[in-house]
Amino acid sequence: MKDHSMTRSTLKAINWNRIQDDKDLEVWNRLTANFWLPEKVPLSNDVPSWATLRPEEQTLTIRVFTGLTLLDTIQNTVGAPTLMPDAITPHEEAVLSNICFMEAVHARSYSSIFSTLCGMKEVDEAFRWSEDNPHLQQKAQIILEKYRAQDEPLKKKIASVFLESFLFYSGFYLPMYWSSRAKLTNTADLIRLIIRDEAVHGYYIGYKFQRGLELLSEEKRQELKDFAFALMFDLYEIETRYTEELYDGIGLTEDVKAFLHYNANKALQNLGYEALFPAQACEVNPAILAALSPDSENHDFFSGSGSSYVIGKAVATEDEDWNF
Amino acid sequence: MGGLVYYSSTSGNTARFISALGLPALRIPISPKNPMPEPSEPYVLVTPCYADGEGRGAVAKQVIHFLNDPDRRALLRGVIASGNRNFGTLYAFAGKVISEKCGVPVLYRFELAGTETDIARVRAGLAQFWGMTCSTMA
Repeated sequence: MKDHSMTRSTLKAINWNRIQDDKDLEVWNRLTANFWLPEKVPLSNDVPSWATLRPEEQTLTIRVFTGLTLLDTIQNTVGAPTLMPDAITPHEEAVLSNICFMEAVHARSYSSIFSTLCGMKEVDEAFRWSEDNPHLQQKAQIILEKYRAQDEPLKKKIASVFLESFLFYSGFYLPMYWSSRAKLTNTADLIRLIIRDEAVHGYYIGYKFQRGLELLSEEKRQELKDFAFALMFDLYEIETRYTEELYDGIGLTEDVKAFLHYNANKALQNLGYEALFPAQACEVNPAILAALSPDSENHDFFSGSGSSYVIGKAVATEDEDWNF
Repeated sequence: MGGLVYYSSTSGNTARFISALGLPALRIPISPKNPMPEPSEPYVLVTPCYADGEGRGAVAKQVIHFLNDPDRRALLRGVIASGNRNFGTLYAFAGKVISEKCGVPVLYRFELAGTETDIARVRAGLAQFWGMTCSTMA
């Protein structure tokens, strides 16, 4: 509860009809409208498809998902709760509580995938692998270390945005890859729900970061920017090693790295910063982009694929037309 | 060459894109209390997308208010929509909604504040588009 209620011993109830920051209500509405549970995805339809994967492909997939489970566990139990005391408005705290719970739903979803597709033995092995993998443990430790910095609210937000908008993507790549080859398509539908949530989380926490930044001196702002880019470099180093270890075996490492660069730039944009990786390093496999946003056909005019497009003429519309 | 009108919320992604584009542009205000811009020549609208998982609320309220005026709407020639591919099939969905409502093409889509590639494509695309529109209308 905000507004120094503890010191004045007046406890304040949250009033959603008095909003200090419209973004809080906008994001609350979007997140609650997007609420979902893994039970709504017919994962069992993927059982025949799972059987077509080679044993090493199955192992890779389970490992990737345990890695993602670890990151979601951290966001649920430490990440979102640690941002709450820094909230500027009571509504921001409420939004963070939604984010916190959805991270638990994400972490829980991977276990639904496991129980549907895999044997207990392989899954137990993969969880042990996640505890022993030095790269996975290292990136988790670095983020936790930043979360523990009590007097640095904006550094915590940087760490959170990097986890939500960057660190997940070495893992998200694989279900998008399988989906592009018409494998595990229901699992990919579930992962897309997670990807959608993470986009809102990264956007919102990045937005709050920028609001906080506005109140600081130029010197402090520069320090935070240096901190953000240094942290991105450190995490990127670990991510490349993690990616190589996972994907070298099936020859996809370079493809995954392009996806990492593309997402690292988007994470920095969520914080209001410019891109780090040049365009040629971010040329993501079009099949992966199509798997990310299926049916979102790219027939726009300037991309050249819409050459037959007839220029429309504005037609008079009535105001009622806009009542969505 | 026609003009640009854009909307950007307090997160500022679209404003950063417009600033990087370096072309004159009128901004639709965030607050409904501030006056709407009144374009006097044909324009392209640049707008982000706010759709939920079902596509509801894709077009920002202030953009709807702006387009509800028949005089302003009559000068709309195309839409450039931003978004995030993470939203899947609803990526930059506001562009599609406005395109279908107003009968103008979606000219381009980009993510968040756009990349250097996006800026170059939109600059070149707009120059070509206004060239075509002028010759069509002459």
